[in-house]
Amino acid sequence: MPLAIAIAALVVGSVLFHLVSPWWQTPIASNWTSIDSALDVTLWICGLAFVVLNLFLANAVWRYRHRPGHKAHYEPENATLEKRLTFWTGIGIIGMLAPGLTAWDKYVTVPEDAAMVEAVGQQWQWSFRYPGPDGVLGAAGVMHITPENTLGLDPTDPFGRDDILVEAGEMHLPVGKPVKMVLRSKDVLHDFYVPEFRAKMDLVPGIVTYFWMTPTVAGNFEILCAELCGVGHHEMRGAVVVEDQEAFDEWQAGQITFGEVLAQASPASRYAMFATADVCIGTNNWSNP
Amino acid sequence: MATTLADDLKPLHHPKTWIGKYVWSQDHKVIAVQYGVTAIAIGLVALVLSVLMRLQLGFPGSVPWIQPENYLQYVSMHGMIMVVYLLTALLLGGFGNYLIPLMVGARDMVFPYVNMLSYWVYLLSVIVLVIGFFVPGGPTGAGWTLYPPQAITEGTPGYSWGIVTMLVSLAIFIIAFTMGGLNYVTTVLQARCKGMTLMRMPLSVWGIFTASIMGLLAFPALFVAAIMMLLDHLAGTSFFMPTLFSFGQTTDTVGGNPILFQHLFWFFGHPEVYIVALPAFGIVSDLISVHARRNIFGYRMMVWAIVIIGGLSFLVWAHHMYVSGMNPYFGFFFAISTLVIAIPTAIKVYNWLLTLWRGDIHLRVPMLFAIAFIFTFIHGGLTGLFLGNVSVDVPLSDTYFVVGHFHMVMGVSPVLVIFGAIYHWYPKMTGRMWNKTLGQMHFWLTFLGTYAIYMPMHYIGILGVPRRYFALGETAFIPDSVALANAGITIAAIVVFLAQGLFFFNMIWSLFRGPKADPNPWGAASLEWQTPDTPPVHGNWGPKLPTVYRWAYDYSVPRPERDFIPQNEPPA
Repeated sequence: MPLAIAIAALVVGSVLFHLVSPWWQTPIASNWTSIDSALDVTLWICGLAFVVLNLFLANAVWRYRHRPGHKAHYEPENATLEKRLTFWTGIGIIGMLAPGLTAWDKYVTVPEDAAMVEAVGQQWQWSFRYPGPDGVLGAAGVMHITPENTLGLDPTDPFGRDDILVEAGEMHLPVGKPVKMVLRSKDVLHDFYVPEFRAKMDLVPGIVTYFWMTPTVAGNFEILCAELCGVGHHEMRGAVVVEDQEAFDEWQAGQITFGEVLAQASPASRYAMFATADVCIGTNNWSNP
Repeated sequence: MATTLADDLKPLHHPKTWIGKYVWSQDHKVIAVQYGVTAIAIGLVALVLSVLMRLQLGFPGSVPWIQPENYLQYVSMHGMIMVVYLLTALLLGGFGNYLIPLMVGARDMVFPYVNMLSYWVYLLSVIVLVIGFFVPGGPTGAGWTLYPPQAITEGTPGYSWGIVTMLVSLAIFIIAFTMGGLNYVTTVLQARCKGMTLMRMPLSVWGIFTASIMGLLAFPALFVAAIMMLLDHLAGTSFFMPTLFSFGQTTDTVGGNPILFQHLFWFFGHPEVYIVALPAFGIVSDLISVHARRNIFGYRMMVWAIVIIGGLSFLVWAHHMYVSGMNPYFGFFFAISTLVIAIPTAIKVYNWLLTLWRGDIHLRVPMLFAIAFIFTFIHGGLTGLFLGNVSVDVPLSDTYFVVGHFHMVMGVSPVLVIFGAIYHWYPKMTGRMWNKTLGQMHFWLTFLGTYAIYMPMHYIGILGVPRRYFALGETAFIPDSVALANAGITIAAIVVFLAQGLFFFNMIWSLFRGPKADPNPWGAASLEWQTPDTPPVHGNWGPKLPTVYRWAYDYSVPRPERDFIPQNEPPA
């Protein structure tokens, strides 16, 4: 008898907890409201099932508890009932999949006009690269990394010369413009995670991964790493500043390009950079994503 | 009619020495206890690790010697031990060994010697695992998923030695499991007594049987992944290793793919969830039926649901990898297959509920655990739909929502079943009865305590708090209330941890001082309760094997005076 009461109380308690809980999604700052609505639909369907099934459980435990003289009912199966339950479960599943897959379809379809920005992860910091006026990120790979060429750009690729390099751990994005985030890792798996954007994706060494989004709210947001990457995992932070186009342009103009890095390098380090180009022909040379 | 193993033509060779009886034993019941005790012992290590983790999360810095590397080592070892060395070993090696021959009416497993080897090789894998705690650098801290490259690169605890003992131990475990698994499958197929058709078997046997087949198909993927990573680490191959720039140096590995490891790992890892869940599903079905004095509702549907879940579970593995960087178009397929698997799973839940409906529910301790399992499994199963529904997974993946979900569904739920099962079969295994009050206290603290631990985690996860973080630090979007929740969760975890003392005290004390148990205290119809001796002796059945005339669920059949008919009772 206490068990039936406890289960009913846990159901009511869970619903109350949901209503008064101070913890819910952060205010969204990107276009991914479709992900939030898919989550809401899933929550409503699952929440309904949780309440109905567990109240049924509590009711059954209460109503059919053992009492002297009480006997169970013998009924091996009821095919009609089982078919009906299967049908309604199927409806619930479709109800969740429809918004879930619709949102996913958008998630995997990058808009044509999305600007490209690269985030590079390493233990345990973030760097970034913008394609510059030509709109193309130059080829890059870890075999090109030298002390001056920390992001490993191919010095022989002309598309890389105007690329803008940001190593301060803070990136900027113009508000309201779709952006394709291309992701590279120098060492182990990482994950580019800004809770307010909802979107996230792993960085995988050896390949280039991506996702896209449109920042919709100006402000400062924190970048976290969401894939375990060693002892500094919890301290691997970066920042995104979302601002209007003017401020963004101004900020971008103040950053250094790869061409400038090459020009400023001493002859010896420039030689070292170009020396890496000899070994770069092969499967590990990432082309422009 | 052809002779089968079940025709009982071979004489039994009873062990002649104490060592033959209790150490190098070939009796499935002794091996079951050996498996069970070893699994629970190593599980206690994992339990202690979880308390250490919770201390750091709830009261950061309160234990000064827990550093980030220690924390990650606790995370990794806790996860791997709980999933593989406790749950898999206990449900299949422990309950599988004990229940299969008794429930299908066999004298033993069909390969008793291999069965014995299975346990000793398992023990070896546990020893190698424990050695990992003492090697230079300590055990691996790569997470229980052991993702390369970080599992074998600098910056991860135990990247040089700990990962080797972990991978070697897993490979040994898989060898042990293969010997056991072949035995379980063959015994079910070949050694059933007369009349025990497949569709008369108790659902416990169905669950363990299906899980064993799945294990035989899934563990090889982990085996090859472990060997390949060992080669990457020790022999300089590049299966999973592209060229890296790690700690100021370019590695000489070329062209490997870290995602390949994830596919192999989860091709094992997702079926593994059901390798743990299906035996628990089966066992809980029997517990509910016996203590509700009612046949399991929709038996045939329950069997088919087990088989369908087993099959489908091989088609859903990449739902662990939606944001792994694999081709994102796979998401469509894996979201559909994942949510479809919810249908047979839901049918099982409905049928458990419908078994209780119009039953005669005796709320004995095993039944308390079984009913609590229904509650926690509904919770854990439903939150799984969030994570399976691909786009919804994107914000939730790698947050505390995931931690809450999988602990509800494959931590708390199977463990509640295991407790229920131990209380349920203890009188048969030992011939004595445990203390009821201690059992009830253990139940309430465990059930309510674990819900207090994991329920809030879902909400912290929806907020976006990432998992596997040693400390949350100063993070703008995380309010102070999260620290308060973490402290509360830790206190609940310590209470649950201490409550397990009640269980161990009860089990050990009752072993010596418990009142003598009735051979069939619950009035169960299945065969293991009809043995001539309690506890059953070597050979199980005395001079003659039983013959089965009916299914295992003849409870409260309208006519007879008793409210159950044993499976081996001839029709009137």
